[in-house]
Amino acid sequence: MDLGLILSTLDATLRLSTPLLLACLAGLYSERAGVFDIGLEGKMLASAFAAAAVAAVTANVWLGLLAGLAVSITTAGLQGAAAITLRGNQLIAGVAINMLAAGLTTFLGIQWFGQGGRTPQLPVTGRFQNIDLPFANELAGVPILGQIYSELISGHNILVYVAFLAVPITWWVLYRTRFGLRLRAVGENPKAVDTAGISVTRLRYQAVLITGLLCGLAGAFFSIAQGSGFGNNMTAGKGFIALAALIFAKWKPVPAMFTCLLFGFLDALQIRLQGAEIFGVGVPVQAIQALPYLLTVILLAGFIGKAVGPKAGGVAYTKER
Amino acid sequence: MSSAILKPLPRWADVVLLPILNLALAFIVSGLVVLAIGQDPLAALNAIVTGAFGNGYNFGYTLYYSTNFIFTGIAVAVAAHAGLFNIGGNGQAYIAGLGVIAVALPLQFLPWWITFPIAVVAGAAVGGLWGFIPGWLQAKRGSHVVITTIMFNFIAAAIMVYMVVNVLKPAGILAPESAMIAPEGRMPKLGAFIPWFKNTDVNFTLLLALLCLVGAYILIWHTRFGFAMRALGQNPTATRYAGMSNSRIIMIVMTMSGALAGMVAVNQVVGVQYRLVLDYVADAGFVGIAVALMGRNHPIGILLAAVLFGALYQGGNELQYVIPGLSKEMVVVIQALVILFTGAMEGLFRPGLQRVFMTLSPRQKAAAVEANSVKSGS
Repeated sequence: MDLGLILSTLDATLRLSTPLLLACLAGLYSERAGVFDIGLEGKMLASAFAAAAVAAVTANVWLGLLAGLAVSITTAGLQGAAAITLRGNQLIAGVAINMLAAGLTTFLGIQWFGQGGRTPQLPVTGRFQNIDLPFANELAGVPILGQIYSELISGHNILVYVAFLAVPITWWVLYRTRFGLRLRAVGENPKAVDTAGISVTRLRYQAVLITGLLCGLAGAFFSIAQGSGFGNNMTAGKGFIALAALIFAKWKPVPAMFTCLLFGFLDALQIRLQGAEIFGVGVPVQAIQALPYLLTVILLAGFIGKAVGPKAGGVAYTKER
Repeated sequence: MSSAILKPLPRWADVVLLPILNLALAFIVSGLVVLAIGQDPLAALNAIVTGAFGNGYNFGYTLYYSTNFIFTGIAVAVAAHAGLFNIGGNGQAYIAGLGVIAVALPLQFLPWWITFPIAVVAGAAVGGLWGFIPGWLQAKRGSHVVITTIMFNFIAAAIMVYMVVNVLKPAGILAPESAMIAPEGRMPKLGAFIPWFKNTDVNFTLLLALLCLVGAYILIWHTRFGFAMRALGQNPTATRYAGMSNSRIIMIVMTMSGALAGMVAVNQVVGVQYRLVLDYVADAGFVGIAVALMGRNHPIGILLAAVLFGALYQGGNELQYVIPGLSKEMVVVIQALVILFTGAMEGLFRPGLQRVFMTLSPRQKAAAVEANSVKSGS
């Protein structure tokens, strides 16, 4: 096979993995702290809309990003209030957040911009541009390594690099800091954390807000980095693929990266394979689309390995009983 | 702590007052959103109500939407009584269309009253299978039913696109849809018998929906199995010690839940569209969650909540024609807020309401204090 085709498929893989990875790490913080989050999709969608709306009006990509982050973090806070303070059902809170985002973004979009829910096309200053890493052009002539550097690694927008940088940072936070230790503990045994004199509520809120932050980045990626404006339901279920990836990665940051790359690769492959045949047999595109979900179901059922989530996940913590 | 002496609410407050308070809050918040964008919330409400109940035509469509929501609502409720959260109503309702179309097309020249029960059985079988697998995985393999059903929604969507486009679509048609069912095999619309409904989409499946509600009521509260599933929902350890098979109950309940959700396909395929199209479920499965929460998992509550959401959907469709700029997504916002307030933020009103009731009734207060002293004494 020719290197150019492989590189362009892998290049698409990196781009398609980015929002998955950000959302997956987002879910990781929340779920490791014992708060199940099926509202990743909603927070991404809300952020994508807010970022595009503000970037369209101000023509400033950074203000757009800030707006996306603010909306996503606020939404996460609302979810936290329901799941942590009011001890409501975490799953239902997630469903509500998804629906709220789907409804409000379209509703406000139609009202504000009058384009059937889309935001106006963003100006150049309103979206993140691709960054050429140093020496990318000079090294492009070097066979293989140079090509990989200039075509695959260089030339993405900043959020792609942020996403992959977030993996070692998350690993470090989770396994090498006091906060990370407590975070993991509060998801496994909140009572022990409470007994040690650390506030379960505070820790869980911190985790949920970090989830909001990362979802905000993921959402902004859709509308002001990869795309150029917001479209109805533009996250298209990616929040649920991220959730699947999180389970597939057994709630660990480095496997999360590889899972997201795998799912991103499948996505890139199905775009490339529209109508194509492998080994003389037409593979339905839908089969590849369904593969991440299918793999997750199989893994969760323990047919290949075993995925066991944080023990205290899904249960609100009640002090003394 | 004060929380210890709070007494449970009287039943009427729990099933009537609290949902109404939460609904009111959802409406107020949505009203504020409408106000914030410079529109008149009362005019919007008026447009929704008129659009939903204004005349037979509007009310017919309201009932058509309600039919779907009764099915998905009771599907969520049946699972909820057994302590299971079936979030896969969308996928179950969607994939059940395969079963319905598979029998409706070959039998299309038979009278509808023969096709209809067979379509019901076929839809229930396929929808039930789509509920059974997550139930089986939960019962035997310990995978969380919520995650599995979410994944199954997406798997169903992929399968349906493949089946409709590659298998069911007749060669001559461009649109992704199956062949049409012959007029003989189509379910009559209620408008054919009650002219007031005109030619609206409400059809005989509504009666099936009401039957399902009655059936669910009998099943949940008046059968041995209903007792077992409610017991499982309350305390799985107790049912196990009582010698019941928890995994068997989980599998049966999830199958029933999927079969009920699958009835949406009957309504859509043989009652409205007369063919299998893509995305006909239109998130009815998620509306079912709101309906079940609002209706407190009781058939009567579900009926009322389904009509309420049917009215919101139909009224929302009309809203955009009456007030330019306000779109039907307003309804999705209201629905999300209902789920948020009745489902996830129940703690918002309940403690306060409990306090109010206790101060209002001295007898209750005395009882509560006594209950507390017994608790602390033991």
